[in-house]
Amino acid sequence: MPKGEEAVKVLGVWASPFVMRARIALNMKSVKYEFLQENLGSKSQLLLQSNPVHKKVPVLIHEHKPVCESLIIVEYVDQVFSSGPSILPSDPYDRAIARFWAAYLDDKWYPTLKAMAGAKGEKEIKVVIQQVEEGLALLEDAYNKISKGKPFFAGDRIGYLDIAFGCFLGWTRVTETVTGTALIDEFKTPGLAKWAEKFCEDDAVKPVMPETKKLVEFFHVIRAKFGGSA
Amino acid sequence: MAAKEEQVKFLGKWPSPFSNRVELALKLKGIKYDYSEEDLSNKSQELLTSNPVHKKVPVLIHNGRPISESLVIVEYIDETWKSNPFLPPNPYHRASARFWSKLVDEKCLPPLWDAFWCDEKGREKAVEEAMEALKILENEIGDKRFFGGDDVGLVDISANFVGYWVDILQEIAGLQLLTSEKFPKLYKWSQEFSTHPIVKQALPPRDKLFAFFKSRTG
Repeated sequence: MPKGEEAVKVLGVWASPFVMRARIALNMKSVKYEFLQENLGSKSQLLLQSNPVHKKVPVLIHEHKPVCESLIIVEYVDQVFSSGPSILPSDPYDRAIARFWAAYLDDKWYPTLKAMAGAKGEKEIKVVIQQVEEGLALLEDAYNKISKGKPFFAGDRIGYLDIAFGCFLGWTRVTETVTGTALIDEFKTPGLAKWAEKFCEDDAVKPVMPETKKLVEFFHVIRAKFGGSA
Repeated sequence: MAAKEEQVKFLGKWPSPFSNRVELALKLKGIKYDYSEEDLSNKSQELLTSNPVHKKVPVLIHNGRPISESLVIVEYIDETWKSNPFLPPNPYHRASARFWSKLVDEKCLPPLWDAFWCDEKGREKAVEEAMEALKILENEIGDKRFFGGDDVGLVDISANFVGYWVDILQEIAGLQLLTSEKFPKLYKWSQEFSTHPIVKQALPPRDKLFAFFKSRTG
């Protein structure tokens, strides 16, 4: 029986991959929630009260209590909403592997992707691309080992690591568009290319994956603001 | 309960608080393990094979299967050996413990570390950030004996650097960051932590750690 569904809110912004993680998890569990779009230049009182230490999105508010940090929210949703598919693997070792790669994505790989926004000139852009590609080679290898021939990291359905990585696909495509370099494609990363397509088709993902075109426009706005060159 | 034929090996470095987190977790659960001290200037084949992505310690190898990243390892240990849980059963409290554990790792450790090793130029800013981090923890510990409540939990394990290393490093650096005057509650916690009967067996000896870091200052 769904618990306290009427009191579920997500504070977030449409372009954030981290916010997307929380929403995908809730969608997987078929949990109805209210999405409160934040203006990060003028944060709401609710956000400042719910996440006073970091003042960041996403925040999940469930039964009036805030949960912060995207991957922590995903684990929380998995535990609390027991109907619907499991998000975390059931085996502790598989869980550890999934958490390891999620930490790698957040601590090492995503920062290299983000560096595109500030990269100036061809030489710098080339260095950034190389770092992104090195990470993707590791992730392709991880995908092949972990999925064991199934479509997703979690197997037949999307799970924790699919969510942790798949949320970055929008911004990966932006980088591809802006630099004219394929990053995830059938030649360089054949496994991930197939995985990415299937991930984006998932019913829990489709409603919350932003259009690449909109993200590219947004990217140019950020670049102009922070002084990068085309 | 874990299976009877368990092979637990742990690759670590004795002065490292990250390595120590794993040692704390293993000892708190009463798990028997083989330890291998790594020389990071001459990494073993075992380390390179079991952590090819980062090539760092700590690494736990359980029945031949490697796990890396200290907090991932600690949660794995907690989920595999169910006695003396590090996390409470309630999902909201678990989320809260994970939040604080991550905060310690990302927001407290870096400025505290920088405060000790920064040159004169960066020192003031690093100390300011370190004091802010300690203030956040002071508010969080409140009147609890441990961050985990009555006993050591995930957050206490994550905060081992604050509970033990800070005192030693601040003495070497001539800084007064975590003191009973400035942060009475957090200071009290650090005493509870470092004198806990099992934790104190897992912590490296004070004089050895002092000498190790002292030799690294100019």
